[in-house]
Amino acid sequence: MTASPDLKKTALAEIHERLGAKMVDFGGWYMPVQYAPILEEAKIVRTRCGLFDLSHMGRVRITGPDREKYVDSIATNHVAAMKQGDVRYSFFCHANGGTIDDLLIYKYDDAVYLVINAGNTPKDLAHMRAHVKNYQIHLEDQTDTWQMLALQGPSSERILQKLTKIPLHEIKYYKHRGHGVNGVANAWVSRTGYTGEDGFEVYVPRSEYASLWNAVLEAGREFGIAPIGLGARDTLRLEAGMPLYGHELADDINPMEAGLDFAIKFAEGKNFLGREALLRAKEHACRRLVGLRAESKRVPRQGYNVYSPGGGSIGFVCSGTPSPTLNANIGTAYVATEFSAVGTKLEIDMRGTREPAVVVPIPFYKRAK
Amino acid sequence: MAAPNNCRFLETHEWARKDGDTIVVGITEHAVSQLGELVFCKFSKKAGDRVSARQPFGEIESVKAVSDLNAPVNGVVVEVNNSVPDALHLVQQDPYNSGWMLRVKPDAKSGYEELMDAAAYEKHAAEEH
Repeated sequence: MTASPDLKKTALAEIHERLGAKMVDFGGWYMPVQYAPILEEAKIVRTRCGLFDLSHMGRVRITGPDREKYVDSIATNHVAAMKQGDVRYSFFCHANGGTIDDLLIYKYDDAVYLVINAGNTPKDLAHMRAHVKNYQIHLEDQTDTWQMLALQGPSSERILQKLTKIPLHEIKYYKHRGHGVNGVANAWVSRTGYTGEDGFEVYVPRSEYASLWNAVLEAGREFGIAPIGLGARDTLRLEAGMPLYGHELADDINPMEAGLDFAIKFAEGKNFLGREALLRAKEHACRRLVGLRAESKRVPRQGYNVYSPGGGSIGFVCSGTPSPTLNANIGTAYVATEFSAVGTKLEIDMRGTREPAVVVPIPFYKRAK
Repeated sequence: MAAPNNCRFLETHEWARKDGDTIVVGITEHAVSQLGELVFCKFSKKAGDRVSARQPFGEIESVKAVSDLNAPVNGVVVEVNNSVPDALHLVQQDPYNSGWMLRVKPDAKSGYEELMDAAAYEKHAAEEH
């Protein structure tokens, strides 16, 4: 596609076009879905290193004396219990427990930094502004002024280390650290990602972004790095059992049903939006998110109905993909709790034909440590 | 990616080509490029079945999407390329030749003449994106 003037662009739009990417509208952004066949790109990330433009994601910096109390009033994870340098996965929830968005929280001595989903950024900002109340805080939307990329895959540390003096081996999983990458003094990094592989996300001012992207590609050439599109990113995150908003999470799905309790903290004194509803959901979830392996050549797709064998509808598919790592067609689905045990045989209605599937553990894939 | 001049085209990216008194049907190179890596193909029609213009004769599935295959013309199927479902690379690599899908004996009112020519189809494909 050619870019419609309504679509937002990261600083790399022309670079993606020159790299031969197939470009699509993703959450209102003009983004690369693939540069090469999707399954080949997924294999590059599992075996070498992939480079992702993630600048479409929303970035919000919160400062002010009440910043932690404020984020703790709307987010499910516990900011006050985090240390400088920590990163935590979290949710914004409605009072009824439904999910507004999932996000990452980065704690600094002087700020709380949030990374939110591109398509939800306007909704999240409105939600955040509506709950400022009397908290003494300042919200700064940095989505346009800062950009971010990810290196994902086993060679990521060696490649990124060529461009920074930050001792990357000292950064543990889900930690962040500054400063200085590729000569950009205020650039910072986190050991995070959405692929199930080791890797880093790097944050820089927009004016420095294109040269950082090119420098990473150059530094990674000897390791076989390749730019990777959102198509492979979706396959990789699904293999790794990571939820995607609009699929496993939605306004009418609560994160307890998704089995993501680890990011919800009912600590004393932490009274957040959705707390009561999520406590009730913890006691009684009538449906659960499960992994499915399809026993057919067809791929499970979002919205397909799930049945008990020969019986009635008991759930629906959230996501599906051919898995190049497992060499099988996999998917996620919400099913009635009594059908959620690993090994349960189910059927998926694939456009009029019921195909067999079996419940398998999430994640589908775990890298060898 | 030029559309061949000896074919006519349906909006949904199937081609039809006259071959003696039959019409051969497949999907275009543009369709293959948009679908990406193919993972599954199934024909719902077999030799002897009727097909109707713009009605499905099967399904094709790629990593990211599944689509109906629509017949460009009215007629009776005389042959199905049964190699294709087990050898999707034929469609991926050579959609206008070895990746053909159906051979149809057209009705008197086949609808063939109403299909787009190559120039109109290329314009249509470019406008969709």
